[in-house]
Amino acid sequence: MKTTVPVLVAFLSGLILVVSFFFDDKNWLGLLGQELKIWLTIVAGFTLLLGVVSITRVNWSAVQRKKEGWKFKILTLIAIFAMAIPSVLSPDWSIRFGRNEGSIYDWLFQYLMSPMMATMFATLAFYIASAAYRAFRARSAEATLLLVTATLIMLWRVPMGEWFLNLFPWIDIPYLLNTYIMGGINMAVQRGIIIGAALGAASMSLRIILGIERTYMGKG
Amino acid sequence: MKSNSSQLKYTVLYVILYQIFINVDIAFAQSGANSVFRTDRINALVFVLIFSASILLYTKWARQGKSLFLRKIPGLDAIEEAVGRATEMGRPVLFVPGIAELDEIETIAGISILGRVAKITAQYETPLHVPVRYPLVLAAGQEVVEQAYLEMGKKDSYEKDTVQYVAGEQFAYTATVNGYMMRERPATNIYMGAFFAESLLLAETGNAAGSIQIAGTARPEQLPFFIAACDYTLMGEELYAASAYLSHEPIMLGGLKGQDFVKILIGACIIIGTILVSLGYGEFFVNLFTAV
Repeated sequence: MKTTVPVLVAFLSGLILVVSFFFDDKNWLGLLGQELKIWLTIVAGFTLLLGVVSITRVNWSAVQRKKEGWKFKILTLIAIFAMAIPSVLSPDWSIRFGRNEGSIYDWLFQYLMSPMMATMFATLAFYIASAAYRAFRARSAEATLLLVTATLIMLWRVPMGEWFLNLFPWIDIPYLLNTYIMGGINMAVQRGIIIGAALGAASMSLRIILGIERTYMGKG
Repeated sequence: MKSNSSQLKYTVLYVILYQIFINVDIAFAQSGANSVFRTDRINALVFVLIFSASILLYTKWARQGKSLFLRKIPGLDAIEEAVGRATEMGRPVLFVPGIAELDEIETIAGISILGRVAKITAQYETPLHVPVRYPLVLAAGQEVVEQAYLEMGKKDSYEKDTVQYVAGEQFAYTATVNGYMMRERPATNIYMGAFFAESLLLAETGNAAGSIQIAGTARPEQLPFFIAACDYTLMGEELYAASAYLSHEPIMLGGLKGQDFVKILIGACIIIGTILVSLGYGEFFVNLFTAV
């Protein structure tokens, strides 16, 4: 029973969504498909509470046990509730509540969260440099080929490199790179991966809909 | 007998599908409304039917005991070895099921693999840590891990906080996971699911922490990053094949063979299309595959 009901729900939901794709959106089947998507959003909204409980329990337990870095856990808890509580209170009570411009939530998001996220994203440049160094080390014929190709592509993608490549007017290097490397080899490989992945996803979906694949429930 | 009942089940399924299509369309036609069936999507319907039929056929053959060859996927074979390494070193295993919501099939694939990994960690009694970005993934992950520990008879070793919700924002999540890697130095990092800009941030940090790393994603734009920074990478379809591959169940392997058959068909269509277009007779053939 514990397995049969979820499998049945997965089967019916999957079947409705697949079949509704072949019918007009305005008929009952299409509307049912859209309705299911709304249900998903509602269920996901309710589960947010689970997330808050999980993060609070884990951090609070670390604070109570005075685990290493427990002071940072206090900061995490303060941050969660400092953002969450004013954002759910009604803006009618105070202009600082809610999520409008000028609210506490908005201020924390604009001046703390956004810059911190941008900083994290910016560090990607350094990670790319170190990963590229390791990947492009010319230790074998394949790695050397990768190094040469990547260098040419990078040169082509920056204005100074484009200027440099145009110094050889008898051979149109940007055109060759665009046509044969990016539009040919690169595109072919990407499409191969995409076709394989799409079929894999469709195959897995079908296995789930038919109840063959139950590993996502911890069964099998 | 079992084979006959499953055959009957699939036949009934097709009959139901067919009846839904036909009856709904007839009902609307009789009521004077325009046909509600999207005839412009008939090519997709044909593809779905061929695809489903091939998967069901191979699954049926697998059930009957026909041997199906499956190529080795080194990344998946390495999982047990990597967990063993963590056990020997007395350090935890980190599993990241991607950063997408549970309605992404990649996340479901990641959760399926998590179940297998949890069984191995339960068997070896190795600590497992699974940080997630969405509460729905948290609920699914907790269920899968608990079930795995239960099946291995290690219910007492299971901790509810093995799967943890850490942050809803992409880079806040990344910062938390990276911090965990640098502090706890997990011996093994497994990334399976949908990844975006954070893929390299995670994989490079894991590399710097000296962990053995196995990654899998269907996003072609993130694959180079994982290949550069991880020891093993599952590319595209290998991620979806993982749960079937690790289960060694013939019925699930049948699905993979059916998928391979359709891949051959698509390859043949690409070759035929290329030849016809090159000769100037490809318009009709190309129109058959036009997506709507």
